[in-house]
Amino acid sequence: MVLVTLVTALIYVLHQDFWFWRSARPLVFGFLPIGLAYHAFYTVGVSLLMLYLVRRHWPSHLE
Amino acid sequence: MIPALVVIGYLAVVLCIGIFGGRSGENQDAEGYFLAGRRIGPVVFLLSLFGTNMTAFSILGASGHAFANGIVTYGLMASSSALIIPLGIFVIGTRLWALGKRHGFMTPVQMFRDRWECGHIGTVIFAVQAVLLVPYIVIAVMGGGTTLRAVSGGLVPYWLGGAVVSMVVMGYVFFGGMRGTAWVNTFQTILFLSFGAIAVVVIARGMGGFSRAMEELLASPSTSALLTRERVSPLYFFSYTFIPLSSLAFPHIGIFCLTAKRLSHFRRTVVLYPMCMLAIWLPSVFLGVAANSALDLPTIRTKVEARATLARQGPTLTPDRRAELRAAASGDDVILKLVEGYAPLWLASLLGAAVMAAVMASDSQILALSTMFTEDVFAFYGGQSRFGPAVQVQTGRLFVILLTIAAYAIALTAPQSIFDIASQYAFAGYSALSPLLVAALFWKKSTKWGALAVAVWTAAAVLGVAVLQSVVPAPPPGAAVTVWAAGGVDVVTRIAAGTTVFGLLPVVPMTIGSAILMYIVSLATRASIPGSATLAKYEV
Repeated sequence: MVLVTLVTALIYVLHQDFWFWRSARPLVFGFLPIGLAYHAFYTVGVSLLMLYLVRRHWPSHLE
Repeated sequence: MIPALVVIGYLAVVLCIGIFGGRSGENQDAEGYFLAGRRIGPVVFLLSLFGTNMTAFSILGASGHAFANGIVTYGLMASSSALIIPLGIFVIGTRLWALGKRHGFMTPVQMFRDRWECGHIGTVIFAVQAVLLVPYIVIAVMGGGTTLRAVSGGLVPYWLGGAVVSMVVMGYVFFGGMRGTAWVNTFQTILFLSFGAIAVVVIARGMGGFSRAMEELLASPSTSALLTRERVSPLYFFSYTFIPLSSLAFPHIGIFCLTAKRLSHFRRTVVLYPMCMLAIWLPSVFLGVAANSALDLPTIRTKVEARATLARQGPTLTPDRRAELRAAASGDDVILKLVEGYAPLWLASLLGAAVMAAVMASDSQILALSTMFTEDVFAFYGGQSRFGPAVQVQTGRLFVILLTIAAYAIALTAPQSIFDIASQYAFAGYSALSPLLVAALFWKKSTKWGALAVAVWTAAAVLGVAVLQSVVPAPPPGAAVTVWAAGGVDVVTRIAAGTTVFGLLPVVPMTIGSAILMYIVSLATRASIPGSATLAKYEV
């Protein structure tokens, strides 16, 4: 549980991507500015985290 | 005019779905009307819950904000929400569902009253929640007026468009209750997800490809910053991660969590919620940014020119002229202008209907407020026992009518853009209320006095921000007015998009203040900790 909490906290921190703050290039797929592409992939990563949480830590005792 | 007729036809279809989808013998009692008898299935649960959150704010507000501020809009609201909201559903929503099922709760305030063994403090929380939810309903009316005006080329005026949308929403909420509302939300979400993808492809072709549009924006010094986040500070960006906390505290989300038939229905919702966010917000934000290069469209060129004038001459203009330019530069209808300019008529009509689908998501909020009023006030103060469950449902329906009229009246006079109203009042206020839920579910030592402190603090803080922003007018974009400085440090600053406190949005000190107050006041009033029998009910 501690590990899951730490990973979730890390994902939260990764939202603050200062490293792409002032860059528009490269344009991912030829049109998506890197800052926007990062957050799009970040969203996909969050979905994978949720998949893991649901599969491994589902509160089935609440049913 | 054809797109407007298609949209009006769409509204008629939605009205039918809402009314007939909600026709059931179960709508006779409060649980049937307000919670669909707690029997909503997994697909409708996912699509409807997402549709509930996908409002005028997420489509028109997002693209309008992106039009003026660039790609930062996605990081500000979408990717942070994609993490916080499903995590909240996973941790808090599932517990709410279990407690509602076991103890028959229909609203968050019912649970708070039971959890903290209080009565009138629950009424105070209800009042604060109700006042904060109204702006969220108002933005839907504004979105409806904006959309119908845009798709009709101005033939349907703003006031009439808002009125038509209000009447349709009121109609199916009135007759269909939660069941009808859930079916409408499901239909609308499917429609928007389907036609949103088509819109992106068609607009891309019309603009000569998105690569070309991006290169044009990068080549101009006035627009290249839109493709980065250099115009906002990291602190300001960080502040926005507090905004999605509001989703956990919004009563319509909490109440909707009670409608699921089984706990397992939450699983798919938690996993797919971020992907739904991606599917809606990425195109909305991207198209909003790309619109800056669509200068071949006269309506968009006018907006860009108004914004440039505002930035160049802002400080020297009169407040009236500045307000006029700000309205002209508003990008809330920019996605509709792109569709109108680049899509064939038949597709523009369908896309107008799809945008309308997102705009009309106020139904859940109206129903939630009606549920809260009838359960937390009418039933709590003896109305149900005196007049019976049928009168309770009729009271809820009457409340739906009154609320719709009030929201419409406010929408006609509200001057700010959709995005600003939503984020500054409803979202910030509900984020500040989120410690209530966390404390009720996870902290045994919390007390009703701590809860009261949170409610009063939230109301005072929201009122303070509203008063400040009415007294100190918004400066031109890019400028800042120091309202209060201490020791050479700007504490409170008025900016074009609102107010900051130490460079952070007010939502940050408001939420942290709530959490601290809950902690300190609860510790100071330990004698009011509920009995062990009550606490045992919450050990789930």
